[in-house]
Amino acid sequence: MAKMRGNKVKFDPNKLVLTAGATSANETLMFCLADRGDAFLLPTPYYPGFDRDLKWRTEAEIVPIQCSSSNGFKITASALEEAYLKAQEQGLNVKGVLVTNPSNPLGTTLTREELNHLIDFTLTKNVHIVSDEIYAGTVFDSPTFTSIAEAISDRNIEDTQVSNRVHIVYSLSKDLGLPGFRVGVIYSNNEAVVSAATKMSSFGLISSQTQFLLSQMLSDKKFSNNYLKENQKRLKKRKEALVSGLKSCGIKCLKSNASLFCWVDMSHLLTSQTFEAEKELWKRVVYEVGLNISPGSSCHCSEPGWFRMCFANMSEETLNLAMKRLKSFTDSISINKIAKTRPRHLVPYSRTMSMTKWVLQLASVDRETDR
Amino acid sequence: MKLLSGKASCNSHGQDSSYFLGWEEYEKNPYDEIKNPKGIIQMGLAENQLCFDLLESWLEKNPDAASFKRDGQSIFRELALFQDYHGLPAFKKAMVEFMSEIRGNRVTFDPNHLVLTAGATSANETLIFCLAEPGEAFLLPTPYYPGFDRDLKWRTGAEIVPIQCTSSNGFQITEAALEQAYQDAENRNLRVKGVLVTNPSNPLGTTMTWNELNLLVSFIEAKGIHLISDEIYSGTVFTSPGFVSLMEVLKERHFEKFSEVWKRVHVVYSLSKDLGLPGFRIGAIYSNDEMVVAAATKMSSFGLVSSQTQYLLSAMLSDKKFTKKYISENQKRLKQRHKLLVSGLHKAGISCLQGNAGLFSWVDMRHLLRSNDFESEMELWKKIVYDVKLNISPGSSCHCTEPGWFRVCFANMSEDTLELAMQRLNAFVAEMSSAAAHGRSNHQSVKNSRKKSLTKWVFRLSFDDRQPEER
Repeated sequence: MAKMRGNKVKFDPNKLVLTAGATSANETLMFCLADRGDAFLLPTPYYPGFDRDLKWRTEAEIVPIQCSSSNGFKITASALEEAYLKAQEQGLNVKGVLVTNPSNPLGTTLTREELNHLIDFTLTKNVHIVSDEIYAGTVFDSPTFTSIAEAISDRNIEDTQVSNRVHIVYSLSKDLGLPGFRVGVIYSNNEAVVSAATKMSSFGLISSQTQFLLSQMLSDKKFSNNYLKENQKRLKKRKEALVSGLKSCGIKCLKSNASLFCWVDMSHLLTSQTFEAEKELWKRVVYEVGLNISPGSSCHCSEPGWFRMCFANMSEETLNLAMKRLKSFTDSISINKIAKTRPRHLVPYSRTMSMTKWVLQLASVDRETDR
Repeated sequence: MKLLSGKASCNSHGQDSSYFLGWEEYEKNPYDEIKNPKGIIQMGLAENQLCFDLLESWLEKNPDAASFKRDGQSIFRELALFQDYHGLPAFKKAMVEFMSEIRGNRVTFDPNHLVLTAGATSANETLIFCLAEPGEAFLLPTPYYPGFDRDLKWRTGAEIVPIQCTSSNGFQITEAALEQAYQDAENRNLRVKGVLVTNPSNPLGTTMTWNELNLLVSFIEAKGIHLISDEIYSGTVFTSPGFVSLMEVLKERHFEKFSEVWKRVHVVYSLSKDLGLPGFRIGAIYSNDEMVVAAATKMSSFGLVSSQTQYLLSAMLSDKKFTKKYISENQKRLKQRHKLLVSGLHKAGISCLQGNAGLFSWVDMRHLLRSNDFESEMELWKKIVYDVKLNISPGSSCHCTEPGWFRVCFANMSEDTLELAMQRLNAFVAEMSSAAAHGRSNHQSVKNSRKKSLTKWVFRLSFDDRQPEER
């Protein structure tokens, strides 16, 4: 964990609690920090699993911190304040903020500015910060990753209580690609949290067989050094393949430097800037194009038209095929758009091979004029 | 504003009980044959260490299972990615077949009704989350496993109301006790959602009788509530009467599948006791109610079994030759070890409840109490932990209604260690007898030294005095 933070922070193993995956870690932290009805603020868009992990059995609430594309979905001080007020209006007691850094689904690392907003917020409101850093080892490009731990220590804050309210979640599911082994952790400077979370971990301990395997593997420093580097290299390459594939479809995505997915802007493909249109588009992409991607609405995004597309869970060939299919689709949409403006008989879009070929042929002829 | 949640700040994790404190003392001064021969012998941990050699030999003969290989081909990637909360199909199949085998194949289980969880600890908590709202209650016969106070109540907010059982009938569950418990719950304004029993029983070390099981089924039918049967020790039944599973009783009573009662019965299982693998975190919920299976499956996300471990055990339990041999050898060794403990206790003038299962005996030390109350039980317990240096579990930590009972484990140590433990206990009892014989109300002045000479002297004296004193 220290290594992937450039050894700028050190962690004390006595403050680490092992859990069966980050899913268990996040829920356990909620059990430790929030009573039924208390709320945590989460920046949107966020990982859909949080609705279950943080709220279901804990009966805690999530209040969104609305982020928008106007600034690359970054967390602003005003958005934090607004979320806090909204929670109060709903009669909810805010116990903290939970962020995922690097972000799922954005694929970006939090900036120093954002981290400072969070720290200011916790200082004034006396709340917790939970930083789910499950993607910490997938940062493949600049800017470098700044953990909340680093940001706190750099601030030299007088309020020593603040470190008592900062908790980090980690896991080997994304960095090492081992979700099946259920290896998660909670890291906290707060002794009471460590103590309670440790007892709660009884409900989701990591198999000792797996602990032993990974202790061997991660203790091999040569291996782990090499792994981190190589992993980042391959992720970068694969992400670039996705981005250029999307580009050739006329699709842009948020500039990202981490994680296993891109946050893709398909708002220009919507029939209208609504979530209904987003759902329509999503259904077409799943059923007609044959690609399963995640619609922004499932991540509670405030703007329709954004989708999360993963790139690290398939071969290069499969990614290329996916891009080809997408290209056919976007081309056909362009054709249809053009066709709509011409006063002639509209050919309805179908998935038969002949139609695809016909559409493709048309597209290549028209390429100069369209887009 | 309170910084942490109520759950994190309070003590309802139950870990302040003597059950756990005894462990702490043991951790500070653990017995080791060579390194620390005067240390505390752990007899409070219900672990099965008797058949590791069988497991190790299987592992040696089947290296693929622990090396991510199937028929010599690597399946590492498949396992690394496998996090489906429906579990590895081959493993679930092997698990239900193993469960069936333990029940003499008198009942069969459907793998689609099995939910895998990280240990029975997780299974029990998850079931309560599925069946009870905060403030609702489950009835549990006493004495019961101390861990239930944490597992069933802590994060769920549920309550436990005891079904008081007594030594007058070997702590068996009676209809009257069930009704009384139900009434007690009502008096406390608690809505009863079900009954939870451990069969075979922890800490009694006995299997439930047909009569008790029938009573339970009738009770839940009448009250319209659930029945959870934690059958974690089902593979440790080493002598008659045999194990009768709840499922057998339902079958016998012709409760049709999909009937209401059928759907309200749930079984918990684990490989921690039968196979002695608590470290691998393998537990399961078996329910006939599809909604419970569906909800529990989703909840199992919070405690999935490592795919690495699922694969290893699916290979092992699919080896029917091995499981057959293991089950019978395990029972044989447990029976023999149990006999050793019982005779060792007998030599010290201590009797125990006649047990036929489990990894422990329910031991009667009432005659060693200064007076018939729990303070005296605590005193006696402390002497045994700190002076005799045996960590055993006092009945009060198991919510027993009668003082003087202790749970003593026998399967988590070597034979030599068990014998040493019995020697220490014997010496202690002899000292107590002699102290009593000399009219002293406490034996503080007889230094609790276990020097050979003192032991002999005390033993000789107590032998002379045995007639009027001994029970």
